[in-house]
Amino acid sequence: MTEIDTFRQETREWLDANCPDSMRQPVSGFEDIYNGGRKPEIDIPEQPLWCERMAERGWTVPHWPKEYGGGGLSAEEVKVLKEEMARIGARRPLDSFGISMLGPALLKFGSEEQKREHLPPICRGEIRWCQGYSEPGAGSDLASLQTRADDQGDHYLINGQKVWTSYADKADWIFCLVRTDNSGSKHEGISFMLFDMDQPGVTVKPIRLISGSSPFCETFFDDARAEKRNLVGEAGQGWTIAKYLLTHEREMISGFGTSGGKSLGKTALETLGADAEGRLRNGILRQDIAQHQLDTLVFGATMERVGDEVKAGQGLGPASSIFKYYGTELNKRRNELNLAVGGEAALGWSGEQYHEGETVRSFLRSKGNSIEGGTSEVQLNIVAKRVLGLPDA
Amino acid sequence: MTLVLNEEQQMLKESAAGFLASKATVGHLRKLRDSGDELAFEPAVWKEMVDMGWAGIAIPEAYGGLGYGYTGLGVVLEQAGRHLSASPLEASVLVGATAINCLGTEEQKTHWLAAIAAGEKQVSLALQESGAFDPVGVTASATRDGDAFVISGEKRMVLDAVSADAFVLIARSGGVAGETRGLSAFLIPADAAGLSITPCDMVDSRQCGALSLNAVRVPADALMGSEGDAWPALERTLDIAAIGFSAQLLGLSLEAFERTMDYIRERKQFGQVIGSFQGLQHRAAHLFAELELARSIVLKALQAIDSDDQGLSRYASAAKAKLSEVARLASNEGVQMHGGVGMTDEYDIGLYLKRARVLEHLMGDYYYHLDRFARIGGY
Repeated sequence: MTEIDTFRQETREWLDANCPDSMRQPVSGFEDIYNGGRKPEIDIPEQPLWCERMAERGWTVPHWPKEYGGGGLSAEEVKVLKEEMARIGARRPLDSFGISMLGPALLKFGSEEQKREHLPPICRGEIRWCQGYSEPGAGSDLASLQTRADDQGDHYLINGQKVWTSYADKADWIFCLVRTDNSGSKHEGISFMLFDMDQPGVTVKPIRLISGSSPFCETFFDDARAEKRNLVGEAGQGWTIAKYLLTHEREMISGFGTSGGKSLGKTALETLGADAEGRLRNGILRQDIAQHQLDTLVFGATMERVGDEVKAGQGLGPASSIFKYYGTELNKRRNELNLAVGGEAALGWSGEQYHEGETVRSFLRSKGNSIEGGTSEVQLNIVAKRVLGLPDA
Repeated sequence: MTLVLNEEQQMLKESAAGFLASKATVGHLRKLRDSGDELAFEPAVWKEMVDMGWAGIAIPEAYGGLGYGYTGLGVVLEQAGRHLSASPLEASVLVGATAINCLGTEEQKTHWLAAIAAGEKQVSLALQESGAFDPVGVTASATRDGDAFVISGEKRMVLDAVSADAFVLIARSGGVAGETRGLSAFLIPADAAGLSITPCDMVDSRQCGALSLNAVRVPADALMGSEGDAWPALERTLDIAAIGFSAQLLGLSLEAFERTMDYIRERKQFGQVIGSFQGLQHRAAHLFAELELARSIVLKALQAIDSDDQGLSRYASAAKAKLSEVARLASNEGVQMHGGVGMTDEYDIGLYLKRARVLEHLMGDYYYHLDRFARIGGY
């Protein structure tokens, strides 16, 4: 038996023995994902237990180095772990911006001390992070941000306002873009800082969205304090770190475009009925569904191809720059089709028979996909200029 | 199998790109067109392709080929698509040899595949009867008469019919039009009595003939496989052919796109290069995204042939539908972004538009394959 076979067998046995039954059910939506933190939201009692067991093995973030709380697994072992988890329908034990966004940035730009201080609590789900990027006057034009950090010797004092801060009301710490210098171009003078949200001078106000939920907040800083040792990289280097982190955010958002579960076409057939030849009765809707499913298949093949290219040492090719754009557009199309297939019943907002308006809430939420993390238009600009080399106007 | 080319395929791609860029370019196609050449390809160039082994790339070694598989043939077809290279690669290597390999008896394979690989013979598929691709709509009849078959009917869209030495001809020995049951395949020599060939130039300056069969009498050993049961092997042939044409559409689309990008980086209006206008930039970036998707599905589908994937039909229809859509977009945007000169015969972009449309229709167009993709998906 090869080493990887042994690993697979041991993993299988361990998962069988340690994954609670309730953690073998699919998540029903964003609300059902475990994010950890000091004040964790627990929907199912076993969520913290499952997280703790996996964290002990470093498997909440299996590909990170062991010394920072990860599993230290090779790419091949990570794949096996994922396959074995999928085999029993095991949920990911922990999802967080600490894992998907801050961690990769700290691994690349953080000091040894910062990695040792912040990464292990992320792996264990002890500290939940939020991202302080956008401001009322700095959305797509992110570098226009104005939040100030004034040097006070051993610490900075932070004043200003952030907006669209996802889950700021639930987060323990923030990774935040602040202006430490106003003298140069707008991309210079931006710094990347970490600080505790639980302190005087930080006020958080949730923003209610068209979907009825409030995942985003307005966040106000009035003499909030960040210790100097929590400045990541050099002062003024924040824009480089921010751009790196944005690519991770975009990858995460583009993942929304790859759907699992039952085929939309078959659902439509069951809901709306078939013609004499067994095809979906409404031929025009059928065509739209087929186009969407075709693009989903082809998009999935592209993710696979780029992954294989990276493994073959060819680097992340230009194809990766389309993921955010295409993935979110696909997700929006799927949500539109879900409404079409669901009919008026899918427009229900509350009440038992409408599953708490899940279809329509998801539809409404999906509209943000092509705005957050850089709009579709911004993505197209990036491709046109950086990949295709088309000139500025 | 990983979705990257192996070293052998990469080398093949580079050597094909180099050869075609000097010997079988758009300029050569133009000359063939303007001279009214009946074959619509240059036999000397074809011979060089054969000498490089291209005719036998996908033919198993046991039958005299190179056994490089369809992923290998696909990378060559992609390059041929880039240059609009005129040759019997599609008619005889992609479709003809595949039909024999899928449908033929051991004797037929031994004889014909070696001859195709060596460039001694060309074989083309005679299937389609109406203007639209409808493989089960066959009405040409094959009737047993003692130890022979008598075949009558009309065929259209027979690629490179004029230069073919033989045809894999699909006729009905049972069932009715629309049924998969009762279809039979025959290997019929081009000079068979009662068979007449009418050449026809297509809009892309390639040649697609029509066949008329008037009680053509062939011996029983012309039958490929067993009588009335041709469908499963024919379907596989058509899936492979659709994927091969998708590879060619990919090359064509990439080339049209790159030429268009070069053009809008240079052409000035209102005192600026037009490529600096956001109206064009966003369309160009969207098209780039579609092309990246197109690359993936073509490679995935080619590999599905070589790995005997059970889902071959699904990948074939996905590839052909997607590439038909993307080629349409790339060729239309190509002409539009070239502006007025895009409408002139002098500029090559129009030739890409023409070839795109023909390739889109061969082996089933966008609508055919999207419908089939949905049917395979169960809805």
